[in-house]
Amino acid sequence: MTEFEVLMPLTGGILIGIAASMMLLFSGKIAGVSGIFGGMLFQQGRERAWQLSFISGLIVGGILIYIMNEELFENSSGRGLLAVTVAGLLVGIGTRVGGGCTSGHGVCGIGRLSGRSLVATITFVFAGMVIVSLVQSFFH
Amino acid sequence: MAKSNISSIICGIIFSIGLGISGMTQPQKVIGFLDVFGEWNPSLAFVMGGAVLSYLALQLLIQRNFSIPVLGGSFQIPTRKDLDRSLIIGALLFGSGWGLGGYCPGPAITSLGSGSLNALLFVVAMGVGMLLADRVISPMLAYEVVKS
Repeated sequence: MTEFEVLMPLTGGILIGIAASMMLLFSGKIAGVSGIFGGMLFQQGRERAWQLSFISGLIVGGILIYIMNEELFENSSGRGLLAVTVAGLLVGIGTRVGGGCTSGHGVCGIGRLSGRSLVATITFVFAGMVIVSLVQSFFH
Repeated sequence: MAKSNISSIICGIIFSIGLGISGMTQPQKVIGFLDVFGEWNPSLAFVMGGAVLSYLALQLLIQRNFSIPVLGGSFQIPTRKDLDRSLIIGALLFGSGWGLGGYCPGPAITSLGSGSLNALLFVVAMGVGMLLADRVISPMLAYEVVKS
């Protein structure tokens, strides 16, 4: 059971929105993490440099917050190595086929009032809820 | 190093600090948010709320006041409006993986910074999944559409 919080999620969310806006302001890019990661891995050309930079920034930021407060990476989900591997495969396939993830569709897409992104977000949140309910009922 | 790369690194750092502060890098919190029929914890709705509202306001300001990005080039904004089955099938698969592992792409990559083996396996598998999507699944979906 996790605690109910408002301030930290809201502050973090606003920071995410600011970072995504800065990406748009300075480079004109949409800060969709799955698209950037996939582009960095599989697309040739000039886009790769900024994509690699953004992904490196995510990891550097991860190191910084780990140094400041390692509790931010606590994982008591009970999901084992097999589960996260299968999950990673599904997320990789799904974001590539569906053209985005929580950041690209959920934040930037809905933030631009895109109907496609709204439909995608409702769909993946719904699928997530179904799977979590199935997994939780299986284990309890 | 080009200015656009420095700016992208800084944006990535702020983005991941936001993810860490918000709780998104803790899979049990993500699972708690999705567990609507169990011990539901709606906290992470505030992440989405804060991110969407701040981006909505800021992107409007940016689009109104800038005809090109500060570092040059052009704004690359998606223009598609159609709903196709790739969007729905993709979102269903992505959501399933999100619920199963408790990670979505941003938090998983950010968690590489903590040395988490779970996150590393997830990110490697995600790369393999993307390759599979490009080589096998997307062509299949496109073929079926042409056939029908």
